[in-house]
Parts: sequence; C-alpha cells; structure tokens
Amino acid sequence: MRALRLIAPPFVALVVIVSVWEFLARALAIPLYLLPPPSAIAVAIAHDLGDLALAASVTGRAAVYGFLLSAVFGTASAVLLSASRALERALYPYTVFLQTVPIVAIAPLLVLWFGAGMRAVAISAFIVSVFPVIASTLAGIRSVEPALRDLFRLYGASRFDTLRKLELPSALPNLVTGLRVAAGLAVIGAIVGEFVAGFSESGAGLGILILSSYRQLRTDLLFAAVLFAAMLGLLLFGAVNLAGHFLLRRWHPSAREPS
Amino acid sequence: MVAGASVHTAGLRRVFDKGGVVIDDLDLEIAAGSFVALLGPSGCGKSTLLRLVAGLDAPDAGTVTLAKNARVAFVFQDAHLLPWRDVLHNTALPLELAKVGVTERLREARDALAAVGLADASDKLPHELSGGMRMRVSLARALVTKPDLLLLDEPFAALDEMTRQRLDDQLRELWSQLGLTVMFVTHSVDEAAYLAERALVFSSRPARIVADLLFELPRERTVALRAEAVFAKEARGLRVALEKGGA
Repeated sequence: MRALRLIAPPFVALVVIVSVWEFLARALAIPLYLLPPPSAIAVAIAHDLGDLALAASVTGRAAVYGFLLSAVFGTASAVLLSASRALERALYPYTVFLQTVPIVAIAPLLVLWFGAGMRAVAISAFIVSVFPVIASTLAGIRSVEPALRDLFRLYGASRFDTLRKLELPSALPNLVTGLRVAAGLAVIGAIVGEFVAGFSESGAGLGILILSSYRQLRTDLLFAAVLFAAMLGLLLFGAVNLAGHFLLRRWHPSAREPS
Repeated sequence: MVAGASVHTAGLRRVFDKGGVVIDDLDLEIAAGSFVALLGPSGCGKSTLLRLVAGLDAPDAGTVTLAKNARVAFVFQDAHLLPWRDVLHNTALPLELAKVGVTERLREARDALAAVGLADASDKLPHELSGGMRMRVSLARALVTKPDLLLLDEPFAALDEMTRQRLDDQLRELWSQLGLTVMFVTHSVDEAAYLAERALVFSSRPARIVADLLFELPRERTVALRAEAVFAKEARGLRVALEKGGA
C-alpha cells in the first residue's frame, strides 16, 4: 500500500507527459528529426537494442572504473589533507581545480596522454567525479567530535587507530554522500570523454552513439541513447545508495529512519 | 585493588588567545583516594583544570604532577560514545587502543558494565539507550582501564533528577569500592556535598581557590542523608562559600 502511494504519483505524471508529448508530436506534425514521438523512440530502442545495450555496457564500465578511482583516490586524498592544516592549505585549491576545469577542454589532453579508448574515458569520468568525494570526506573527518578526539588522545591511540576507529567511521556518512554525487558525475564524465576519445577497444559507448545518431539525424536513437545514459547514472547511484544504506543502517540516523 | 593517585599542581597558568587568563598561579594538592568536588561560576576554568590534569591540554606555566604511572580516565558532560559500536565494544575501547588482547578486554568490559548495572545491555547500540544508560556506559568505559584518577566534567548535568540521584549513588559506591581518586566538576551544591569528601570553590576567571571545605558526613551515604540536618549544614556552608566566590 505504501509502495503504491510512493510509486503511483510519478507513474501517473509519466503517463500524462508521454501521452501529451505523443499527441502534440503527431497533431503538430513535428518532423521526426526535431522531436520524435515517444512511440518512435520506443521503436528505435526495440530495433537497436543490441547496439544500445553494448554502448551502455561500454560506457558503464568506464564510468565504474572512474568512479572506483574516485572512491579510492578521493578518500585517500581526504585522509592525507586532513593530516595537516598546512597540507590542506597548500593542496586543497588544486582539488577545487579538478572541480572547475571544463572536462570537455582537457579531454583531448587525456587522449594525448592515455590514448584513445577506455583508459582516457575512465580518467575523464574520474576527474569529473573525484572532487565531491574529497570535499565531503574531508568535511567528515574535520567534524569529528572534539571530545572523541580527546578520548582517543587520553588513551594513547596511535595515529593509525585514530584514523581507522574514529575518523573514517565518523566520516562514513559524508563519504557515502560524496560517492552518491560522484556516481552520477562519473557517467557524465564518461560520456563527455567518449565524445573526444572516440571508440574504445570494446566498442562504441553511449557518447559515440549519441554523436553518430546526431550526425545521421537519427533523433529517435539519440533520445534512446540519452535515456540509457540517464538509466546508467540512476543504476550506479542506486547501487551506491544501497551500499551506503547497508553500511550505515545499524547506527546512522540517515539510514535508520524508514523512508 | 587500585591505590588511587595523588594530584599536585604548582604555579599552574593557562592563557587562551580569546578569553585571556583562565588559570593563574594555581597550587593544588589532592590526596590519593579522595573524592573532590570542584565548584565555581560558569566558565571559571574548572574544565580547563581537568583537561590540564588529564594531559589533554598543556599549561603555559607551572606543572601538574600525578603519582607515577597513574592511569587517568575522563568522563565528559555528554556520554560521547561511538555510535557505530555496541555497548560492549564502546566500553572496551580504551583497552583496545592500549592493545590489550580481545578476550581479556571484552572480559574487563563485561565486568565494568556489570559494575554500573548494564550487564544486559552489552549488545545494544548507543541510540537504543536512554540518556542515563548512555552516561553509565561512559562511566563503564572510564572504569575499564582501572584508573587511579577519575576526572568527571559535569557528567550528570543533562539528566533528570531521579536518574542523576541513581548515578550519584552508583559513583559514590564505585569510589568507595575501588579506592580511586575522583575529581568531579559540578554546579550542584547538593550533589557536591552528597558525593564528595572535600569541595574546592573557585572564583571567576582567572580561577583561584576561594574556599576549601572538608565535609563531615558519614562515609556510607543514602538518599535519606539529603534530608538530615548535618547535610543541610554542610550544603549551606558550601553555598555561602560559592556566593562569596562568585561575587
């Protein structure tokens, strides 16, 4: 019953929007290359399902690699930066640089350095998604209760124990939040990377599919690819959410309340 | 049996960038095994003194001397448990950090929990406990190291009257069993007189000792004592000293 109440409103909205779209596209006779009706997109999905699925798996792999790099490198950087204020002051501005640099502009560089293909694409996904992990994990470590730090100091905790038994568990909710943001960004980064890095060894990703259907004015296929890209992001986001819930459910309020 | 540690400070001085001189030229002598209450106006430096004694803060001048190899435990105003650990593993934390083996530290933790009457709650998480129970876990965590000196910074201030009375009794009981030295910061005159053998009253900043009282009360104390004339007399004496000091 509860699940129904949760699912019904967005489902009704979807049906309404799709119907209106379908109706208007047909009634106004909008050219297919400008705005294909949902039915045409559905046909394209059915017709090119093989290509779409392959593209999604290629892009998905690159996004997951980039995301995992972000998770590991982002957490490690946050730990390093939290170790000293001086280090943070010296290096933090450059991590912000990762956030503000337009990925489209440096993607060609990545291709020069890492070669066209999966590696450049994954690194593009990494660059786009690492900053939220660093920033939120660092904030988490910084906001450990001072009294708990005192407690660890009083009992002579080693630096490593303080990190392992106090700072990282305290920062875990923040880390999960950072990873959630990173999950969506990694997919975006992978697609942008593919725009520039082109084919990967394992086939054409969604970025390539989007570009080629644009060039052929296959707007229906373009919409289908965008839909798959969005679902990919959602899938990764959902996986992180689930993992986060599993890790935090026993003790953290964000996961404890049934939502 | 724990011996209890004496505390000695000489010429203790602590200055903060903001807030100025908090403690100036403080000489203090606390005998091993005594129960001392520290009272004084808010923000007068009692907490700073406890932190200096615990070694959590360094003095700008002067020295803190504890008996050799004294083990110090600290109980904060809030329980400050690790929310992701169950009661047993929260209690065992100090031993874990000291690299005591897992079997031994869990056994010690169970003993400490039994001492505060929480043997049944060992697999609960902090958020499943009431405020009073959390505070008792905090106390158990402090006792698990078998400290010679127990420092408490307004530990029961946030609890309701009933719970507070129970915890007072428990603390007093533990003190007389274990024979450790206790320094107890409180704002409550009644609590101080009920618990302690001796009270130190501090002035507002910089903290100076304006009164040093010894309570002449029986060693065995129960709630009934609070209604008796001897108790009222000691509490009144303390209240007068506090008012003088605060003025």
